Amino acid sequence: MSKATTQALPLSAADLPAPNRLGNRVFEGLTLVSAAMIGVLFLLVVWVLVSGARMAMGVYGWSFLTNMHWNPVTDNYGALPFIYGTVVTSAIALLIAVPLSVGTAIYLTDLAPVWQRQPLTSVIEMLAAVPSVIWGLWGLFVLTPWLDAYPYTWLNKHFGSIPLFGAPFSASCLMSAGVIVAIMILPIVTSVSREILRSVPDLQREAAYGLGATRWEVTRIAVLSYARRGLMGAAVLGLGRALGETMAVTMVVGNSPKIPASLLQPGWTLASVIANQFGEASTDIQRSVLFEIGLVLVGVTILVNIGALILIKSIETPGSRRA
Amino acid sequence: MSVLAVVCALLVVLPLILVLFYLLKMGVSSLNWNFFTKLPEPAGVDGGGMANAIVGTLELMGLALVMGVPIGLLGGIYLSEYGSEKTNTWIRFGADVLNGVPSIVWGLIGFTLVVAPMGGYSAFAGGLVLACIMVPLVLRTTEEVLVLVPTSYREAGMALGIPRWKITFNIVLRTAAKGIVTGVLLALGRIAGETAPLLFTALGTTLWNTSLKDPIAALPLQIYNYAISPYPDQNRQAWAGALVLILMVFLLSASVRIVSSRRKK
Amino acid sequence: MKKLLLIGLLGLATLAVKADDTVTLTGSGSSFVKPIMDKWADAYNKVDASVKITYAGGGSGKGQTDILVPAVDFAASDGPMSDAKLKSAKGSILHLPVVAGAVVIVYNLPGVTTLKLDGPTLANIYLGKITKWSDPAIAGQNPGVTLPETDIATVHRSDGSGTTFIFTDYLSHISADWKQNVGTATTVEWPGTGQGQSQNAGVAGQVQKTPGGIGYVELIYALTNHITFADMKNANGKYVTASLDAVKDALSTATIPDDYRFSFVNAPGDTSYPISGVTWLLVYQQSKNADKGQKLVDFLKWIYTSADAQKMAHDLNYAPIPDNVVTRIQATIATIK
Repeated sequence: MSKATTQALPLSAADLPAPNRLGNRVFEGLTLVSAAMIGVLFLLVVWVLVSGARMAMGVYGWSFLTNMHWNPVTDNYGALPFIYGTVVTSAIALLIAVPLSVGTAIYLTDLAPVWQRQPLTSVIEMLAAVPSVIWGLWGLFVLTPWLDAYPYTWLNKHFGSIPLFGAPFSASCLMSAGVIVAIMILPIVTSVSREILRSVPDLQREAAYGLGATRWEVTRIAVLSYARRGLMGAAVLGLGRALGETMAVTMVVGNSPKIPASLLQPGWTLASVIANQFGEASTDIQRSVLFEIGLVLVGVTILVNIGALILIKSIETPGSRRA
Repeated sequence: MSVLAVVCALLVVLPLILVLFYLLKMGVSSLNWNFFTKLPEPAGVDGGGMANAIVGTLELMGLALVMGVPIGLLGGIYLSEYGSEKTNTWIRFGADVLNGVPSIVWGLIGFTLVVAPMGGYSAFAGGLVLACIMVPLVLRTTEEVLVLVPTSYREAGMALGIPRWKITFNIVLRTAAKGIVTGVLLALGRIAGETAPLLFTALGTTLWNTSLKDPIAALPLQIYNYAISPYPDQNRQAWAGALVLILMVFLLSASVRIVSSRRKK
Repeated sequence: MKKLLLIGLLGLATLAVKADDTVTLTGSGSSFVKPIMDKWADAYNKVDASVKITYAGGGSGKGQTDILVPAVDFAASDGPMSDAKLKSAKGSILHLPVVAGAVVIVYNLPGVTTLKLDGPTLANIYLGKITKWSDPAIAGQNPGVTLPETDIATVHRSDGSGTTFIFTDYLSHISADWKQNVGTATTVEWPGTGQGQSQNAGVAGQVQKTPGGIGYVELIYALTNHITFADMKNANGKYVTASLDAVKDALSTATIPDDYRFSFVNAPGDTSYPISGVTWLLVYQQSKNADKGQKLVDFLKWIYTSADAQKMAHDLNYAPIPDNVVTRIQATIATIK
C-alpha cells in the first residue's frame, strides 16, 4: 500500500478494480476526443477554405493578390483593394489605439489612486463586451456623421492638397473604419498592456527611484523599456483583432472595391467584403474568390496572432532584459 | 506627463459613455410592450417588435451551450488531468489560434458544411457555428481553473480508493465549478453579440422559430438589417434592439461578477 | 437553478423532435419587393394557417445564389438569371414576373426643379465622358435652365442590386460603349471616379449631400421620400416623368417569351418610361419536398388571382403585371409539381 501513496499520479489502471477501470478508460477517452476537437476544428477551417478557394487559385494564381479589379461581368477579380483597405484601417486603428491603451495602462498600474483601479478596469471590460454590430450602428448614425462634419471637413480644408485627405470625402470611409476598429481594440490592448506592466518586477522601479529618477522617468526608463517587447506583443494582439473585425467595419467603410487616393473615401477590407458579397456571389468562381479572400485573411490573422503570443511570452521570462 | 496618462484613460472611457447614452436616448422610446411581444411587421406598418429575435438569441445561445460546453469542458479536463506536456502545448496553441479566427470565417464554414448540404438556413447551423466559437474559449478557461485545484484534493481521493474519473467529476470539478461557470458565462457573452457567422447560417426571419431546421431570428442580425434599412421606423427599432442586446451582455458579465464573488458553499 | 436548466434543455429537445404540421416557406432576394412580400406573407397566413412564409430580402444577387444552392424555397430577383447560371442549377428554375417598377435619376442642383436627360447623355456621364453639368449635351436638352459649372459627382450602388441591373441594362441598350466596357449585372465595375453607397438610402443620401451629385434609385423610394428626379427621353423621343402609369405603358408593349425572361428598357410608346424593369419570383419546377411544393403553388396562385393580393401591391405603388401575361403565368404555375 505504500506503493500507492508514494507513487505520483496517475495510478496505473491495473491497480483498480475492474468496473472502474472501464469507467476510467471511457472518461479519459471522452476527454481526449474532446481535446482533439481543437485539432479537428482547426483542420476543418483550413480544409473548407482551401478546397473552396482551389478554383480561384487555379484561375488567378498569385496575381490575385495584385489585381485591382472587381468585375462580376467579366469574372475578373483581385484582392489588392481589400488588402489595402485592411492594412490601412488596421494601421489607423493601431495608431489611435496603442498610445491611448498604453497611456491608460500606465495610469492604471502606476498613477491611479487605488479606489479608481477596479471601476476603471470594469469600464474597460464593459467596453470589450459591446458587440460589434452595436459599434457599427453607433458608428453609422452618430460617429461618422460627426467625423464627416468636423474632423474630415477640417482635414480636407487644411490638408486637402495632400491626396490622402482629398475631396470628395464621405462619412463612410477608410478613416471611419479605422476609428471604429480603434475603439474596439482598446480593451484588449489596454488589458494586456496592463498585465505586461504589472509583471515588471518592482525591483526595476525601486532601482530607478534609488537612482533619483522622477515618477515619469521611472515609468519611462525602468518600466516601459523593460516591457517594450511585451507592449509590442499587446499591440500585435490588437492588430490580430483589428484584422478580423467585420460587422462594424461593414457598416462604415463605404463598401467600394477600389483603392481610393484619399483616406476619407470609401474602401473595403478583406473581412467586410466577404460579409457583403458572399450572399450575392452566385457564380462558382465568385464564391471561390471569396473563399480565397477568407484564406488570405485567416492566414494573415494566424501569423499575426502567433507573433503576438511570442512577443508576450518573451516578457514573462525574468531577466530577459538586455543589459 | 501623468496628465497625458489621465487624458488617455478618459478618452478610453469616453466611447462607452457615448454609446450607452445614445442607445438609451434613441432606443428607450421604441421599447414598448409591442417590442417585446410582437413579431416584425412589414415595412411601413407600425407596431412591430423584435420578440422573435430576442427569443431567437436565447435559443441560439442555448444550442451553442449544449453543443459547445461539454466538448470545451471535457477538453479542458483532458489538458489538466491527463495530457502530457507536449500534447498540451500543441492543444493550447491550437485553441489560441482558433480563438483568433475571425468569426466571419466560421460563417463561411457553417454555410459550406451545414447550410448547403441541408438545403436551407437553420437554427441548427447557427447554433453549431456559435458552438465552434465557444469550444476553444471554454477549453482554455476550464483548463486554467482546473489547474488551480490543489493536487492534494486528488491525492486524497486516490487514497480513499475512488476511481479516477469520479475524482475528476465529483471533487475537482466541484471545487472549480465557480471558475468554470465564469468561463462559460464569458463565452456566452461573447457569442450573444456575434452577427457575422449568423449571416450565412441562420438567415433571420419574421416568424417564430419552431424547428431546428428552420431559419431563426437573432438580435444582432435583426439590428444589422434594421440599421441599414431605409425605413426610419426600423432604424428606431434597431436602437431599441441594440439596447436590449447590450443589457443582455452586461447582465451576463454582471452574473460573472456575482458568481465569482459568492462564497463557496 | 438546475430546474431552469432542465426546462431549457427539454425545450430545445422538443424543437429538435417536434413533428411540425405547419410548413415554413423561406424566400430571399430583391429588396425592392420586400415590403410587398412581407405583406403577402402576413396576409396569406390568415388565408391558410398551416403555412408560414418568411422573406429575408438581401438583394437580387442573394436571391439568385440562394435558389441555386438551394438554400431557400423561392427567391425574387429584379434581373433574370443568366443562361450559364440556369444551366448550373440542380433543376429547372422558372421565372415568374410578379410586379414591375422603375429606376429614376436623382440629382442635386440647387434651383433646378426639372431636368431633362436622354440615354446617351446619361451613359456618357457614368462613363466619365461628360464631367460638368454645363456640358452642351445636357444644356442642349434643358433650354432656359441655368446649369452650373459644377463637376458631376456620380453615385452608384455598392451592394449587389437589382436596381443596378435595370439601370445598367438600360445603359447597355442605349450605349454600345457601355455594353462593351461595363455590361449589365447586379454589380459592375464602375468606370470613372464615382462613389459607391449601400442601398437606395445610401445613394440618395450621398447625392443630397453633394452639390452636383447624380445617382439612381427606385421610383417608389424617390416618391416615398419626396426626392426630385429627372425626366428621361424614351425611345419615341418624348420626355417622360416616371410614374406607375408610365411603367405600365412600357410593360404593355413588351414581348414576353415563354420563359418569361425579358427586358423592356427603352420601350416604345409615347408615354413609356424607359428605365423600367420587372421583378421575377424564382421557383423550381420540381420541388424537393411534396408538401412544401404544394403549399408554394397555392401561395403563388393566391398572389396572382386574389383581389386582396393585387390590391395590396397597388396600394404600395407596385405596377401590376398585365392580365394577359397573368393568364400565361397561371398556366405555368399549374406545371409546378
